[in-house]
Amino acid sequence: MKKTGAEILWECVVREGVEVVFGYPGGANMPIYDAMLSYPIHHVLVRHEQGAAHMADGYARASGKVGMALATSGPGATNLITGIATAMMDSVPVVFVTGQVAAHLIGGDAFQEVDVTGITLPITKHNYLVTRADEIAEVVREAFYIARSGRPGPVLIDICKNAQVEQCEFEYPREVKLVGYQPVDHAPKESLEHAVKLMEKAQRPVILCGHGVLMSKAEEALMNFAIKTQTPVASTLLGIGAFPASHELSLGMMGMHGEVHTNLAIQNSDLILAFGMRFDDRVTGTLKTYAPHAKKIHVEIDPSEVHKNVAVDVPLVGNLKTVLMDLIPMVDEYDHDEWKKQIGDWKAEGDSRSIMNWDPDGKLHVPHLVSDIWKATGGNAVVTTDVGQHQMWTAQYYALDRPNRWLTSGGAGTMGFGLPSAIGAWFANKEEEVWAVAGDGGFQMTAAELTTAVQEGANVKVAIMNNSFLGMVRQWQEFFFEKRYSAVNMLSPDFVKLAEAHNVPARRVTKLEEVEEAIAWARSIKGPTVIEFVVEQEEAVYPMVPAGAALDQMLQRPLKA
Amino acid sequence: MNYTFIALVENKPGVLNRVASLFRRRNFNIESLAVGRTEKPDISRMTVVVDCPNGDYDAHKIESNLYKLVNVIDVQDVTHQPSVTRDLALIKVMVGPEKRAEVNSLAEIFRARIVDVAADSVIVEITGTEDKIEGMIELLRPLGIVEMVRTGQVSMTRGVNDGIRRMPGVNGNRFEDLSEMAEMAP
Repeated sequence: MKKTGAEILWECVVREGVEVVFGYPGGANMPIYDAMLSYPIHHVLVRHEQGAAHMADGYARASGKVGMALATSGPGATNLITGIATAMMDSVPVVFVTGQVAAHLIGGDAFQEVDVTGITLPITKHNYLVTRADEIAEVVREAFYIARSGRPGPVLIDICKNAQVEQCEFEYPREVKLVGYQPVDHAPKESLEHAVKLMEKAQRPVILCGHGVLMSKAEEALMNFAIKTQTPVASTLLGIGAFPASHELSLGMMGMHGEVHTNLAIQNSDLILAFGMRFDDRVTGTLKTYAPHAKKIHVEIDPSEVHKNVAVDVPLVGNLKTVLMDLIPMVDEYDHDEWKKQIGDWKAEGDSRSIMNWDPDGKLHVPHLVSDIWKATGGNAVVTTDVGQHQMWTAQYYALDRPNRWLTSGGAGTMGFGLPSAIGAWFANKEEEVWAVAGDGGFQMTAAELTTAVQEGANVKVAIMNNSFLGMVRQWQEFFFEKRYSAVNMLSPDFVKLAEAHNVPARRVTKLEEVEEAIAWARSIKGPTVIEFVVEQEEAVYPMVPAGAALDQMLQRPLKA
Repeated sequence: MNYTFIALVENKPGVLNRVASLFRRRNFNIESLAVGRTEKPDISRMTVVVDCPNGDYDAHKIESNLYKLVNVIDVQDVTHQPSVTRDLALIKVMVGPEKRAEVNSLAEIFRARIVDVAADSVIVEITGTEDKIEGMIELLRPLGIVEMVRTGQVSMTRGVNDGIRRMPGVNGNRFEDLSEMAEMAP
């Protein structure tokens, strides 16, 4: 049957299981928007294309499915860029479809023509420029396959306007055939045996669990592996939720703002089992002294991550879940009691400095607020953040036991991610409680999406941690630039009025005794709400490994006088 | 040290751009890159010479990153394999009739050819390894080189020997023993 290119796009997209699309129409994608009306697709009109990208990203992270965003050519497409790069750095499967000027106009600087495939080349897993309608079916099929398989990532399809309106015979491609793209599943047996040998010798092993655990849906396999071998599990920022925080083997977050005992465990370990993580500089500190006594086993689906930052003894290139399932029957049971006790002692020492042990001083501290939200929500909310101090505090104090409910921009560190990704996450499961924890800076970058939330009735709870500073930059200036504050004083609008102008119910909280009630109030309202917490201005995130320092050279919170 | 890679890629628009962009993005320094069709119409072949200051560690990085490109089918490192390596240069030398003989005799020594003769200039075509071409250029330079173009190096391994493939399992290349890969670590 003959169909237009735009119809073929939706035929294929619907077959991929897409139900919700985030986007913004414009001249070069109007045929796509017109055809969309005939398909069972819910479209979310955003206020800025960056919002669409983050929403699709948040949807993908929370649902485990491929997200999808639409934009028109030129500025529509370039507004997606930050969101595409964010998804790329964190390996999130999102398919972006942009309109492009008609094929015969390409290269002529036509109205709203931008070389989108050229611009997005380094920030997509793959991209396509489609100039004819008969290419669309195959390209869309490939794009979704590439986005979700192997190491997931964003794929962009730039479709010329003529290809959207031209008609051709539609036949859904039965299979994807890519000679140059065949992700590995199993790791070779010899390597697995080598890994098992290293585990036999290990006295002080640590598992480093990364985003790959969530991406390959290997949470259960990880649990079985950790329990059988009694190996403590430390998490990267993006691995949070892959292993239950309340489990006795959980060490919590590692790295720059990781917990003291976690980083000490890594530095003193004799075997590191890195599962679906990439030894980012934020988790290793200086590489010269990183885990100096440890043999290293690296399970990773992307071969280019092996030896990239840290040379490893046994690379296991393959799908993490498959590799773990292969490994579990091969490994022996261990107890590692002595090692666990040692880590427990370190933990007790670190906890003594925790801000959670402070008596209330009448001021609002973000860690306490995060903890209050955690208590109120039973630790079961989907939590998104922006980037900076509040992000680290939320990572530290919103202890998650379940996967796919911690949405944060790790690799790219994208401010403005919190609110739109929360809206996306809500679409993944509308029964879930979704909280966006934002800073005063980041919130203002994408605040316009409040109206999107209203229009969609998205039940997202925004908590703005307003310290009137760009907090993390201020902290660095305090620590490393002799407290010379440069461009970090942040004048914000009246967030309550701003929210109310968007028809979002809002409150400002300045006193401790108002906190609990305000959180309960937000939870009682169906639809978006905003709470502005006016918090202690010059708080610092501890512990902190200064950039370039060794992982065990942590600045710790001073003991309170 | 310069490493030579042979990459088989899908013959599709933009693939050269993807490869070049990848080298730039990952901060690898391309010495030369030659690309052309193969005996299969849907496959192109690239010979890429890259400066690898960290030796095999860099080579591993380059291969693994190339495989991240969906259109890259196969990558071999032929640096240390017995192989035939060629570069072609066209060199225009400003010589009048009185010095043509000199150029001609030089060309004979290098098995080069004079492919064009004009009133005040000749074009010399030379094929060979990089060293040989450099040698000829040095001798022609005093005569007055005004224009030169080179294709960049192309390579092919001798006999049935393949180059080294470092990526286990990628696109069907399966490494039985990964210890080699572990040894490559810096």
